[in-house]
Formats: sequence, structure tokens, C-alpha cells
Amino acid sequence: MKLLLNALTVIGEYFMFLGKVFSVPERWKQFFKKTIDEMYSMGVGSLPIVLIVSVIMGAVVTIQTGLQIESSWVPKWTVGFTARTSIVMEFCPTILSLLLIGNMGSRITAEIGGMRVSEQIDALDAMGINSASFLVLPKIVALLIVNPILIVISMFLALLGGYLVALMGTVVAPYDYIDGITSFFRMYDLYYALIKTVVFAFVISSIASFYGYKIEGGALGLGKASTQAVVTSSFLVLMLNLIITQIML
Amino acid sequence: MITVKNIYKKFDDFEALKDINSQFEKGKINLIIGKSGSGKTVLLKCIIGLMKPTSGQILFDNRDFSIFSEKEQKKMKMEMGVVFQGAALFDSLTIQENVMFPLDMLTEQSMEEKLERTNYCLQRVGLENTNHLYPSELSGGMKKRAAIARAIAPKPKYLFCDEPNSGLDPKTSIMIDELLFGITHEFNTTTIINTHDLNTVITIGENIAYLQDGCLEWQGNKENVLTSDNQKLNSFIYAQPLTQKIREFIKQ
Repeated sequence: MKLLLNALTVIGEYFMFLGKVFSVPERWKQFFKKTIDEMYSMGVGSLPIVLIVSVIMGAVVTIQTGLQIESSWVPKWTVGFTARTSIVMEFCPTILSLLLIGNMGSRITAEIGGMRVSEQIDALDAMGINSASFLVLPKIVALLIVNPILIVISMFLALLGGYLVALMGTVVAPYDYIDGITSFFRMYDLYYALIKTVVFAFVISSIASFYGYKIEGGALGLGKASTQAVVTSSFLVLMLNLIITQIML
Repeated sequence: MITVKNIYKKFDDFEALKDINSQFEKGKINLIIGKSGSGKTVLLKCIIGLMKPTSGQILFDNRDFSIFSEKEQKKMKMEMGVVFQGAALFDSLTIQENVMFPLDMLTEQSMEEKLERTNYCLQRVGLENTNHLYPSELSGGMKKRAAIARAIAPKPKYLFCDEPNSGLDPKTSIMIDELLFGITHEFNTTTIINTHDLNTVITIGENIAYLQDGCLEWQGNKENVLTSDNQKLNSFIYAQPLTQKIREFIKQ
């Protein structure tokens, strides 16, 4: 009972926090500047990990798919087709978003939490500035823009990883792989994937900011808040993945 | 002048402030002193508006902050400058950007005017050549002075400092005290300082409020703080061997 009450309190606090975040920025110029700075640091900062993970993930998916569909009855292009469908619809949007929780989410929690601990948020409030909106809104907007771009880049890189496997191994011939990934392409699959990335971006940025903003207890609290933010965001991303899939497919 | 009337502040079952009544005078250094956990910071946060008192009134020149609309409260906060215990400078901004920040956010001044005011404030606190340094490149005392420069940049009517001397060596502490005293008299601000630094108390304390366990136990000034017969105040003032010796000297 107490656990349920605590959960409801946190949910209530989260929505009240969002109410504070979504207010008209006090200075548009500052807002745009902060948003562009955030987009740059989130986007460029995440590119190396996105590159490495995507290429490896694409390669592994292609190998595993090729091994599962090893039959003379099934056309060879099916490997590329199945790998592409898995990569575009599930692996890139979900796995990459889970990875970005650890990368960007914990960074956001640590940054905002650090500002809370060192009284920088109090300083903003004391000046009469809406600290939640000033600090968090640019992060949410930036990630809503950056996350779909990163995921689309990731899709191309994962497909490239699959092609490298085709070039190097015996799983599938490069021609069959290209034939497969270009066959029966539906734009709806891409829309479905992009809608998921936008929803996940909102969850990652808002949850991470919320736990950072409400931090208590100094450095110890900072570690606890980062863990809570990562666990809660991961759980919500997986749950929302299920719900969106049920609704859209 | 800032007047606090019947202020109570409760955290669940714990009563942090109990019926505080006091006046903090304009153009003077008003000190709130007391042991750690006595309620000094809670009282200061209530006055600044970072915490809402459970009951009671806080009047800024007879204007009740609590009944103001959000817009009026924001306008009112533009009249306040706050120096936090750890300076609370924004890590990602240079010292110049930190000092200019309230001008950027709260005023419609041109870049030239903002720069002129920023340079004046930095010069006033003795940090002329630090414009392009980051807070991490400054010493503790310099950070406090930069925080004071940021606090006075929008020409506040009220200046609040939470333990401005904490973590500083005696010489730097004296420099900070002199700076705050000078600014208060130069700009005629109502300055409230939270401290447990006895040197501050006896050198610049023009109006002193002593808190213990959330209650206002004594109010006076630097002239009578050492000679008061209030037992609770004396247990705080004369807690150290050095001050005990001073007491014996005064008695003789």
C-alpha cells in the first residue's frame, strides 16, 4: 500500500514538474541558443557509440537471420529483407534508445542534479526565473529533434554492417542482401519506427531531468537519482514499445 | 526594510521556525546568527521566497510578498540579490557571463549597457581581470566575490547572503565582510546575512538576530552582543576558548 502511494506521489510530482517545464520561455533567444547547444552536445556526443553499436548490431542480426533461414526452399534475398525489417522496426529504435538512456539520460540527470546540489537551481529561482523551463525544455526539444536523426543514421549504419557481413562471409551474397533490403519496403514501417523514437526521446529527457531536478542528499542522492532515472526510463521505453506496437501494427 | 511577522515553518512533524518576529533595517547589515540547524537558512529561504512559510507574513517595505501574483513576485525578485553559501555560479558560463546573466534574463538593456554594468560590478569586487575565466578557475574567495558581483548587477534593493564566509581563510573573510559592508552603505540596500562567523558579528553586525532551535532568542547589535546577559546567546558566542578568554577580559 505504501509502495503504491509512493508511486502515485512520484507520478503526481512528475506531471507537476512537466507543468512547470512546459511554459513559454522567458527569453526566446536564450532558449534557441541553449537548444542548439544541447542538440550539438547530444548529437555529436552520441555519434561514436551509435556508429559502433549500429554496425555491430546490423552485422549480428544479418548473421543470425542468415543462419535461421538456411534452406533451399527460401529465397536468399529473404535474409536481407528480414534483417532490414528487424533493424528498422525494432533494433534501431528500441535498442539504440535503451543505449541512449545510459549515455544521455544519466548525463542529463547528473548535470541537473549537480546544479541542484550546488544551489545553481536555487540561484535561478531566486532571480525569478522558471528554472525547470529554463533548464529542461531545451533538453527535451533538443532530444526530440536529435533522437530520430540518430536513429535514422543508426539504421543506415546497421544495414551497412549487414552488407559488410555479406561481403566478408558466406551467410548471404552481397547481391542477394541488397536485393533483400530493397524489397517490399513500406514507408509505414519507417513512420512507426520514427514515432517510437520521438516518444522514447520525450521519456528519456523528461524522466532524466525530473530525477535530477528533485534530487535530495548531495553526492549520494546524485548516484541514486541517476540509477532511478535509468531504471525508470528503461522500463517505460519497453512498456511504451509494447503499447505503440499493439496500437500501430 | 523587511519585516517578518509570526513566521512558522513546519517539515512534517518538525517545527523549523517558531513564531519569528523581526525587522531587518534598510541601509544596514542585518545578521541572522545561530548554531547549525538553528533555522537560519530556512528563515532566509522563506524571506527570499525559495520556501513558503507554514504561516506568517513577510513584508518588503510594507509589501506582502505572499499575496503577490506570480508576475508581481517575479518583479519583486528582480529587486533581490542573493549570494549562496557555495557561490552557486553557473559552471558552463564565464565569470562575465555569470555576472551578466541576471541582466540578460531580467532587463531589456543593450549589450553595451550590460557590459558596462558587468565590468563595474567586477571592478567593485576586485575581479577586474577575470571576465573570461570559468568558475572552476577561481579560488573560493574569488568565487564568493564573483557571486556578490552577480547579486549586485541588477542594482537590488535587498541583498541576501547565506554564510558568505564559510570555508574561507580569516583574511579573505574580512575582505568579504568589508565588501558587503561597503556595498550595503554605498547602495543603501537592506542586507541580510546568515553567519556563524564571530568576526563578522562583532565587526559589521549593525542589527543582529540570534536564533536557537527555530526561535528568535535575542536581537541587538555589535555593541551589546558581547555584553548581553542572555544565557542562550552567551552559550553560542562564548563557545570557543578564544572567545571565553575575551569574555574574561571584558569582565576584568
